[in-house]
Amino acid sequence: MSSLLEMSGISKSFDGFQAIKNLSLNIGEPELRAVIGPNGAGKTTFMDIITGKTKPDKGTILFGDDNRSLVGMSESAIASLGIGRKFQKPTVFEAQSVRENLAMALKNPRGPFSVLFYKKTREGAARLEEIADEINLTEHLTRPAGELSHGQKQWLEIGMLLAQSPRLLLVDEPAAGMTAHEREHTTDILKRAAQTRAVIVVEHDMEFVRRLECKVTVLHEGSVLAEGSLDHVTNNKTVVDVYLGRTDVEN
Amino acid sequence: MSETHMQPRTFIARNPSVLYFLAALGVFTAIVTVLSDATGAGLISTSFVKTLGKTLCLCLVAIAMDVVWGYCGILSLGHFAFFGIGGYAIGMWLMYARTELIVAESLAGQVIPPTPQEISDAIGNQIFGVVGSSEFPTIWMFADSLFVQLALVVLVPGLLALVFGWLAFRSRVTGVYLSILTQAMTLALALYLFQNDSGLRGNNGLSGLQNIPGFEDSGQDAISIAFFLASALALALGYVLFAWITDSKLGNIIQAIRDDESRVRFLGYHVESYKLFVFTVTAIVAGIAGALYYPQAGIINPAEIAPIASIYLAVWVAIGGRGRLYGAVIGAALVSLLSSWFTGGGAPNIDLGFYVVQWVDWWLVLLGLTFVLVTLFAPKGIAGVFDRLVRKS
Amino acid sequence: MPWRSGRLFKTLTRKHKMIRVLLSLVWLVASVGLAAAQDLQTVLQTHAEEVASPSRNSVSIVLDDLAELGSPQVSVFLEQWAERNIWQNDEAGLFFIGSKDGDVITLTDVDSGEATTAPSDGYTQLRPNGGVRRVIGSALVQFQLTDPDPDRRRSALESIGRRADASQLPLLEASLEGEAEPAIRARKVQLINFLTARFGAQTDDRVAAIESLSADTSVEARAVLSQILSTSTERTDGEPSGNIARVLDPSSDPAAFYAELVEADLAPPLVSPSDIRTALEANVVDGRVGDVPTARLGSDAARAEAYAALAADGRVPPLVSQSDVAQMLSRFTFYEKYDEADPTVTDAARATMDAVETRVGVAQTVDLALDGLSLASIYFLAAIGLAITFGQMGVINMAHGEFIMMGAYTGYVVQLFVPDYTISLLIALPLAFAVTFGAGVAMERLVIRHLYHRPLETLLATFGISIALQQIAKNVFGTQARPLTSPEWLGGALVISDVIQISYIRIAIFVLALVFLVLLLFILKKTRLGLEVRAVTQNPGMAASMGINPDRINMMTFGLGSGIAGVAGVGIGLYAQVTSEMGANYIVQSFMTVVVGGVGSVFGTLAGAGLIGFLQKGIEWLNPSNTLAAQTYMILFIILFIQFRPKGIVAPKGRAAAD
Repeated sequence: MSSLLEMSGISKSFDGFQAIKNLSLNIGEPELRAVIGPNGAGKTTFMDIITGKTKPDKGTILFGDDNRSLVGMSESAIASLGIGRKFQKPTVFEAQSVRENLAMALKNPRGPFSVLFYKKTREGAARLEEIADEINLTEHLTRPAGELSHGQKQWLEIGMLLAQSPRLLLVDEPAAGMTAHEREHTTDILKRAAQTRAVIVVEHDMEFVRRLECKVTVLHEGSVLAEGSLDHVTNNKTVVDVYLGRTDVEN
Repeated sequence: MSETHMQPRTFIARNPSVLYFLAALGVFTAIVTVLSDATGAGLISTSFVKTLGKTLCLCLVAIAMDVVWGYCGILSLGHFAFFGIGGYAIGMWLMYARTELIVAESLAGQVIPPTPQEISDAIGNQIFGVVGSSEFPTIWMFADSLFVQLALVVLVPGLLALVFGWLAFRSRVTGVYLSILTQAMTLALALYLFQNDSGLRGNNGLSGLQNIPGFEDSGQDAISIAFFLASALALALGYVLFAWITDSKLGNIIQAIRDDESRVRFLGYHVESYKLFVFTVTAIVAGIAGALYYPQAGIINPAEIAPIASIYLAVWVAIGGRGRLYGAVIGAALVSLLSSWFTGGGAPNIDLGFYVVQWVDWWLVLLGLTFVLVTLFAPKGIAGVFDRLVRKS
Repeated sequence: MPWRSGRLFKTLTRKHKMIRVLLSLVWLVASVGLAAAQDLQTVLQTHAEEVASPSRNSVSIVLDDLAELGSPQVSVFLEQWAERNIWQNDEAGLFFIGSKDGDVITLTDVDSGEATTAPSDGYTQLRPNGGVRRVIGSALVQFQLTDPDPDRRRSALESIGRRADASQLPLLEASLEGEAEPAIRARKVQLINFLTARFGAQTDDRVAAIESLSADTSVEARAVLSQILSTSTERTDGEPSGNIARVLDPSSDPAAFYAELVEADLAPPLVSPSDIRTALEANVVDGRVGDVPTARLGSDAARAEAYAALAADGRVPPLVSQSDVAQMLSRFTFYEKYDEADPTVTDAARATMDAVETRVGVAQTVDLALDGLSLASIYFLAAIGLAITFGQMGVINMAHGEFIMMGAYTGYVVQLFVPDYTISLLIALPLAFAVTFGAGVAMERLVIRHLYHRPLETLLATFGISIALQQIAKNVFGTQARPLTSPEWLGGALVISDVIQISYIRIAIFVLALVFLVLLLFILKKTRLGLEVRAVTQNPGMAASMGINPDRINMMTFGLGSGIAGVAGVGIGLYAQVTSEMGANYIVQSFMTVVVGGVGSVFGTLAGAGLIGFLQKGIEWLNPSNTLAAQTYMILFIILFIQFRPKGIVAPKGRAAAD
């Protein structure tokens, strides 16, 4: 398992509020990692910084085999390097069909002219079918994405991520609002995806995290509080304190 | 169900509305041509042929507006400025070439033939006398070349859109901010043109554009029908071009940008390039539409470019229905024709007993309120109503 | 003091005393009831010949005697005489002030002022010539300067101020001593100073008077200096002589300098292309000019050839070539010569002028800053309502300009009913607020409420309202501009100097802007409403759960923003014209102000208005002939500015701003 993403010494503050404080984190390839933490622990900002939406005040982020620095790159450039992100709230393009949603995400040249003159290929179509099958939406390919159920939208978004063929997948609360059955399927998709690439799942739901059976990182007040198996971190006293709402953990 | 069944292969098969539109346009064009003065039928007056030809040009700029706004979500209040620039570019050649002919004719009678300098001075005097000058400004450098001016019809709006768009999009100005910024651009251009030393005759604008140099012997009835046909052809080509663009994968991307710009960024697309592409292509089409419009109108002046004109353009598209090309055509044709009917005194006044509603005065009030109602109750415009009917049947 | 030393002064003083003695004598004689005092008619009859047909020499005798008489009627008579309104009875030879109307003449007695009418054929009009009238005129000034009526003295000084000449200096000096009114006296001293600078007899006196002007930036003082420094352009083929201002370089504009030589008959005129053409046309023989066939004459080279042939025959003047021109110009020295011969005086005037110009420059900068300030106040007033609706609610209101217009028309309508401008203004301000507040609330309830979260559609819907309101105003009030008259105490300007002045209306608008700034800050920061507005802006859901009704707050906020637009409309209407389109003229600028300043901040709007106001005045100053160009550059600047600070001057802070 080689290292894919190395974050070290990342800090970010908004208007005096320290959202991320000297955060360091390593993700290998392939790896499945769950990131948990109470509200305000900096989970969303953590993902914003990796994907280029927010620029860190200091620190370095290196990605890939040639250790490219991600700091200062645009969102689209980072995405093109192979980092995909799923938002907490499912954001699919509701006016367009499931197929069009997936087709937009497929790994293909991203320039306006190559897109304008893009011709559908047999391989592309096959890949699309494959992903649709994976996310259980084969029956719905021609429907507008807006007509899907909440859980189906979540899957579609994961499917779009898979279509991007990213090396690193950032998934924000994938199981939110899903039925028990849907959760199970989601867990399967993520575990399968993590066999060939790095996947970071940010989640609240401990039950869901347990089912992922992976290494867990606990964030608190913008930095890593604990890291290890779920059993290991849940037995950690400070982690228990944080989740019970005690604030004097650091002292 | 295999996917090949669900996805018709050809562009036309996927977009039957393009065929319907082309057929309707073809029939309309044929009827107007046959009934016009040019063929001797005389059922449609030359001036009405011009009105219809101008309306076709407005439809063309309206579909460009629809692509940039309805599809890509950029409410540009500058596309009528690009339209005007196209008009000015062709107007410069029309005015220069025609004045040159007139001057050559008037100097031909003299004992001694004129020198090139004398001809140039006389033309300059004719054109710029109204702004108290006879010198040719630098921007008229190529006015004697039809080819260059035709190229400028495309290049000037294109380059302006490219530079302005690049500046605006790269600093992530979006939404209403972008609308206001485009409006400011339009206002700056109009104010610039209003100056006498702008080199484009200030508020006099360019005139006599209906006289096409080299076609002095053809009557206006023949010229008007020629421009009408050219406008129809341009509209047909523009419609097919935009239908093709919006149907392509790029069409999916720009609609995705309209709905959630930052999500598209995380898919790895450089959103700014796409916006710039759409902004520039539609600006060019707007310029071409303007170049066809003003020879039919006969005159262009800076008031045509004022911000209000670009807002009307948005009004047409909104009333017709955003996100559907035929909606833009319906909106532009309907509102501009109704507008000239009402303001031209065609509509009967309404006597309320205590007050006579004169449409010349009240049409704009009606339009403004209609617009509010459409925005509130029919956000998809006339085309939206159309869609609902089609879906029901 | 130098001007006391004139000899004429003494003579005049003596005359003055005599007049006074005479006057008291007249009064004595009259009061004692003895024979009637010598009246004007009598004096005139003594010199009947000179009065009826005066020459420049003879008239002075009459004037001397009239001066001795010194009654108030004299100056009336002199005025009428100079105006050719004096008529003489042909038989009796009596003089009257007369005005002829057809065959009838209205006669006014020169002494009693009694008016009678008579047929005009018995009377002859006196027509003194121009020279005589000038003499009468200056004698008149002398009378007027010492006239007991201060208004007459003032008008005499005014006419001296307008048309100064050397002869007035001693008269002014003479009149100074008896002057009791301090203001008139001060003005006399000032005029004496100006006249001394220009016409004083002693160089020292003149230099002293000139130097005393170095702190005076008034237009009048600068005119005095520039008159002393007036020059004329001269040319010579020898050494330049006289009081030379500067030597000119003919190569800077050879054509103009050569034209000067031609004018002075020192050089042959240039032959222009059109001259050549005319000459050639006049010399066509059998379709040829010289050896050249006319068909070939469509080029400059061929024309030159043909013309040269004609010139060789002596039939036309030869061409003047560029080298001829250069050679001619090199033979002459061109220079500007002061009309004033004394270099000491012109040097002093030049130095003083430089000092004055520096002061004027400083004053102009101050004036420009004041102009910028008042423009900024107007933009602030126009934009602040928008800043509230746009900034606090995120609502684009394209009809904002029409609310400004509604406010202005409200002011106009109030003035139709309340004739007193002060009272009507006091009524109009709150009424305009109420009217536009109501309109704003109605618009929010009927339209905008349904379009929250669809900002582009709000823009379009409010634009529809804007078109409708504009057209309704046009239908109701017509297309021509309606006056919104300001009360008298707002007329005029605060004049600090001839350069720095600012009209009271602009000061009032500045004060109005200031009041609104303070009021808004108070409402937003210190009141319950302000707190709720901020809460709804930041998190409507949370605010609602805390018992704040966001609907009510949105309605109030929108009403407040619209109401302020109405008040701004009254203010703007006072100095600009009230038309149905006035709002449209402000809307783009207002949006720019808000965007440049930073959305959602009162101080941002203030900064935006300041930046745009000062910048626009600055650009206008650099290119004063063209306000359109100034606006164009202004907008281009704003477009570029937004590139570098997309969030405006006062950028919103915090996590939300990162989106």
